[in-house]
Amino acid sequence: MSGTEFVPLSLTPLLIGVLSAMTCALPGNFLLLRRQALIGDAISHVVLPGIVAAFLVTGVVTALPMMFGAAGAAVVAVVLIEAVRRLGRIEPGAAMGVVFTAMFAAGVLLLEQSDTSAVHLDVDHALYGNLESLIWLDATGWGSLLDLEALAGLPPELGRVAVALVAVALFVWVFWRALKISTFDEAFAATMGVRVNLLGVALVIVAAVAAVAAFDAVGSILVIAMFICPPAAARLMTNRLEHQVAWSMVFAALSATLGYVFAGYGPLWFGAQDAVSAAGMIAAVSGAILGLAALFGPHRKRSGAPVDA
Amino acid sequence: MLFEALTFQLGYNATLVTIGATLLGVAAGITGTFLFLRKRALVSDAISHATLPGVGLAFILMVLLGGDGRNLAGLLLGSAVSAGLGLLCVSWLTRATRLGEDAAIGAVLSVFFGIGIVLLTVIQTMSSGRQAGLEGFLLGSTAGMLFSDAVLIACGGAVVLALVAWLQRPMILVAFDPEYAASAGVNTARIDLAMMGLVLAVTVVGLKIVGLILIIALLIIPPVAARFWTERAGLVALIAGGIGGVSGWLGAGISASAPDLPTGPIIVLVAFAVFAISLLVSPGRGVLAAVLRYLAFQRRVHLRQGLLALAQGQPIYEKMTLRLLQRAGLVRPDGVPTEAGRARASKAMRDEARWDVVRRAEEWTGAAALYDGLREIESVLTPDQITEIDRMIGGPKVAT
Repeated sequence: MSGTEFVPLSLTPLLIGVLSAMTCALPGNFLLLRRQALIGDAISHVVLPGIVAAFLVTGVVTALPMMFGAAGAAVVAVVLIEAVRRLGRIEPGAAMGVVFTAMFAAGVLLLEQSDTSAVHLDVDHALYGNLESLIWLDATGWGSLLDLEALAGLPPELGRVAVALVAVALFVWVFWRALKISTFDEAFAATMGVRVNLLGVALVIVAAVAAVAAFDAVGSILVIAMFICPPAAARLMTNRLEHQVAWSMVFAALSATLGYVFAGYGPLWFGAQDAVSAAGMIAAVSGAILGLAALFGPHRKRSGAPVDA
Repeated sequence: MLFEALTFQLGYNATLVTIGATLLGVAAGITGTFLFLRKRALVSDAISHATLPGVGLAFILMVLLGGDGRNLAGLLLGSAVSAGLGLLCVSWLTRATRLGEDAAIGAVLSVFFGIGIVLLTVIQTMSSGRQAGLEGFLLGSTAGMLFSDAVLIACGGAVVLALVAWLQRPMILVAFDPEYAASAGVNTARIDLAMMGLVLAVTVVGLKIVGLILIIALLIIPPVAARFWTERAGLVALIAGGIGGVSGWLGAGISASAPDLPTGPIIVLVAFAVFAISLLVSPGRGVLAAVLRYLAFQRRVHLRQGLLALAQGQPIYEKMTLRLLQRAGLVRPDGVPTEAGRARASKAMRDEARWDVVRRAEEWTGAAALYDGLREIESVLTPDQITEIDRMIGGPKVAT
């Protein structure tokens, strides 16, 4: 394939897919080990009421208020889940289920009630994103990468997920030691002077930021899949956290690349003409990787567990 | 309009949908209770998302076989098969690898959903798929439903409810005390399987009304709300069934009474409102009850400490203590104890001395374990025992 076609049509969606996947997989590692994997699921559901509320308040479909709305909804959801869990003494899974379904229902209702048909704001978009449409029209070929004028026409989503990835990576890098200790032994971390509760909340907020940034571009299915599948597959490859994070990054990038290629070109190989949903395909590929890791990963068993338990 | 909808006077379809939603709500509430008590509420999330590829594949298959892809029975059959497959994947991942159940649930739900979306985009490009309306399964859509579909949903709700009623006893046993159930000869693995089968059935029947993203709300919210009202597993199931039924009935009714009120979200929001009320005002576990209990406890501590201070002739500075003592007529506004106050104070002091004896003597270890600084000693020991203790302490001393 020549650069004149690849660069404007496929390079930016591919890059955005890869960056989004990595942004979500990075905090996903810690959520997975802390048995909070489904926080990602809850966050991606409550993003919908967040953006609808932001739209109703501001009346415009621009990225910034929507991201604030989504992030705000994520924080509200986390606070509500914690409140229901503590006040009602309900197990975390059920508390989560109560809160995120109710908020999602409220989001759908708001969407149906408000006159959003004129603008591009719908449930489908929220679910599957629009990775394929994030093309770079100003590009004419590989040379455009050096052309400032063309670079100005890059889809803004690319910049946003890149910033989000840097922010998430920075958080993980700065708090690496504290995160690591508190993930494996919270009580020990507390005696070492780590503010474990604060760190836990910060981790969830970082995850929310990652989810919101990625959600904008790739939709909520991909966000959930990337929070869980690459870290879960990585967990079956190694016992060391450093290696697990590295594996998860590789798996995330691999899923995004393969998924995008399969979605865009796969149907052509079978003689069909139209591409299928890239976000869905990326999630499917990440599931295939997880399946392979579960079958062949060197550390797939619980250590010390009986072989056929 | 609302009244007509709730009393089943809005035409065949709306009536059937409302009946179906009510039956489904009852079935979902009861089934969800077992999931909730087994602490596996979110397994239903994986099951419901895993229905999507089945819906898509069933549509494609039916079109390829030359039939109408929108046949609801066929679509629901497909959804049941793929949801079952998703359930198998969850249990395989939890069993065969060291991943926790939460990770397995998340992985299965996102991957199956992703595959489902891929299939939906395939269907959109098929010539007969342009108007498939399969997106209706995501959020439920009862508008413009065929009469046969409505009948199917109402019957499905009735069948699921009958199954739940039939399996209720062993499921309560297993949910509440698996070890006891096993010792009583109940095959817990098989009952667990039956429970998952019921969850699957509820999900499939609810797909068209509530949609696959929100169906889990019907399985989770009613039991959680019901848990506030009772400590007994059997009653939780019944109350949850009631809450689910009312949510389904009210929700479907409200949604039929006006345009732009999607059925699924309304049902879920009604259920959530019931939950919020339960969380706030239920006796025992509710927030309001907890606050009242806390305030009562606070008053007892203040009163007790105030009395002990009076008995020892110490001045009281704490405003709340003073106010409470004054309101009980135990001190005058200037902080000097009244006659009654002095009597109560010396009684409190004497009780402390009695407790002291109880806590030091070996024969009363059982009673001593109940000491918390507030409990009246008469509620623990008999008058005879108290007289005996008094003999050990010596004659009554009058507080000064």
